Amino acid sequence: MKILIKNGHVIDPVNNIDGIYDILVENDKISEVAKNITTSADNIIDAADKIVMPGIVDMHVHLREPGREDKETITTGTMAALRGGVTSILAMPNTQPAIDCAENVELLKSIINKTAKANVFICAAITKERLGKELTDILKLKREGIVAISDDGSSVDNDELMLPALQKAKEQDILVISHCEDKLLSAGGAVNLGIISTRLGLRGIARESEYKRVERDLKLAEKAKARLHIAHVSCKESVELIAKAKKKGIKVTAEVTPHHFSLNEEAVLGFDTNMKMNPPLRNKDDLAALKEGLKNGIIDAIASDHAPHTENEKEIEFERAEFGVIGLETELAVSITELVKTGLLDWLDLAKKLCLNPARILGINKGTLGAGCDADILVVSPDKEWVVQKAEFVSKSKNSAFLGKKLTGAVEYTICNGRTAYKNPDLG
Amino acid sequence: MPGAWTRKDLLGLEDLSKEELELILATAESFKEVSTREIKKVPALRGKTVVNLFYEPSTRTRVSFEIAAKRLSADVINIASETSSVRKGETLIDTGRNIEALKVDIIVVRHNYSGAAVMLARHVRASVINAGDGWHEHPTQALLDVFTLKEKLGRIAGLNVSIVGDIAHSRVARSNIWGLTKLGAHVTVCAPQMLIPPAIEQMGVKVTNDIDEALRNADAVNVLRMQFERDEENAFPKQLEYFKNFGITKERLEKAKKDIIVMHPGPLNRGIEISSEIADGANSVILEQVTNGIAVRMAALFLVAQANENITHEDTD
Repeated sequence: MKILIKNGHVIDPVNNIDGIYDILVENDKISEVAKNITTSADNIIDAADKIVMPGIVDMHVHLREPGREDKETITTGTMAALRGGVTSILAMPNTQPAIDCAENVELLKSIINKTAKANVFICAAITKERLGKELTDILKLKREGIVAISDDGSSVDNDELMLPALQKAKEQDILVISHCEDKLLSAGGAVNLGIISTRLGLRGIARESEYKRVERDLKLAEKAKARLHIAHVSCKESVELIAKAKKKGIKVTAEVTPHHFSLNEEAVLGFDTNMKMNPPLRNKDDLAALKEGLKNGIIDAIASDHAPHTENEKEIEFERAEFGVIGLETELAVSITELVKTGLLDWLDLAKKLCLNPARILGINKGTLGAGCDADILVVSPDKEWVVQKAEFVSKSKNSAFLGKKLTGAVEYTICNGRTAYKNPDLG
Repeated sequence: MPGAWTRKDLLGLEDLSKEELELILATAESFKEVSTREIKKVPALRGKTVVNLFYEPSTRTRVSFEIAAKRLSADVINIASETSSVRKGETLIDTGRNIEALKVDIIVVRHNYSGAAVMLARHVRASVINAGDGWHEHPTQALLDVFTLKEKLGRIAGLNVSIVGDIAHSRVARSNIWGLTKLGAHVTVCAPQMLIPPAIEQMGVKVTNDIDEALRNADAVNVLRMQFERDEENAFPKQLEYFKNFGITKERLEKAKKDIIVMHPGPLNRGIEISSEIADGANSVILEQVTNGIAVRMAALFLVAQANENITHEDTD
């Protein structure tokens, strides 16, 4: 099976390619990237005026299976991913059961092998049942092929547990992903603490609940010399702390979600529960700091924190509604609209944030278009405008923060492992 | 005369323009006289059905809405879900749609969650009047406070009004702040710091923790009920200490303007936020507030019902 992608504007940060090239795919690998490849192929894609970039590596996704197949399954989640240009996913372990032992990794792998439509990598829990009481067996989990550990959704509150977790992760060279939240400081909050929580009469989530925990985890990571990744950074102080830590040589990386860099707390006015997520949308200064962090490299990656919830869990009173929004199908377009079209990032930067950097952080061989690499490739129509419609989501859940929003940039083809896995019906 | 009212719902005062506020007040003024007639009834809402859907215990607001609706000749049904159908599993939206299926025209909703009325209004074609949602808004209470003040002092613009008490958890405070500031009053909020919500000065008010300062130039003081019964977070100072530091007493009022208007949304905690001699004294307009509540709620019911007749409904989803 051969696919030839002709005349696309190819973006590959590893090989510093930013120009018009052809790409030849043979079976599941990229065999050649060059000007004017002339060969026969089973499928020739005319990519003139299109961006051709690596498939997105989304390192923060809740696929919900096993346990909450009413919200999402590995099939629907990976199909949604392909629509959004995501070819590799890191699946978070807060499933039912939690991915906290070899047997549960086995279970998850068997579902992935049978039903996944894109590449799914596994993040296991730091503590058993994610309860923050007892560490999981990192060595055994690593032997099962997991690439990171996290209690995402919760933070490990006990320093005397988090430090050994980081030390063991260091021994096994496993990445620790930290959801930074001190629940004593955020307790009961539904939105950012400030003028908006005051106006709406909602309990607020103090920014300290995030950055004080970032500060602690950085200290512990330094002590353990471990690799730490800060999930869904939402506030200015966190960015500043990460910047200082990087300067100091602490092995820390960080991600931001498209909703956190594109929406501020005012989006919650009107009590739209699709604007309720954890961490909450913050203020305009925070948005500026997050964008600046992306530009200057303090924030390494963009990840969706795709968090599907049913309508029953969202269409209720604001404070009772679940936290979280879906993001796989909009993250590329939101990033193009908010970061590339505004001139903040160029396409090479964007490919680093969405593809290469997350792959490198996870230590997986993805995120680039070099010859010999896995053929995970996107053909993107960079100027295509579209409106986010509930009915068009492939994800089982529809809880998007971008419903009704006009975005620029759409995936035309997603090639995953050498196969045309998605073709946009409105394009091409 | 201000322009026409076009909103299907009355959910809060934050969204209203000065003109809309003035229109409700003017409408209330014309309805006030109805309650003084021998036959206290006009046919304005004859054939309309009003449901009072109360998820929180309330007597005065519920009764006030009921009387207001009846004086407009509407049929009134009271649903008290104090045991909460939430616990029985029915969502607020489902409850709202079921009520609407009974061909109800106006749902008056009181709910313990902020934003509940807003959410309900999005999902039903019936008019929704917010009778208090969580800590968010209680628009008709603020309107009756403003109405009473205007009746007493002839104007709102330029008045100094202080709101004293648990500002953080008070929907009455929030609605009063929006209503008063939009109409040109200078508003000060006064409470122990732990009961002042963050960034509230961005709502256009002054903040003080000193009761004497709050009273000094005030034309009116609105004394909020201290809800010690809801003290989940253990944030309240001891009741007596509160009275000592923030209670409205004769001694404190002697230092204030002689004709200062004293308001309270009720029910009173005598000896906690206000002394009996002030509550019952010459400066108090507390019972007039209750009377005016009927006129204001008649106006609200009338305006939303009228506006909803003129709206062409598409799917509410």
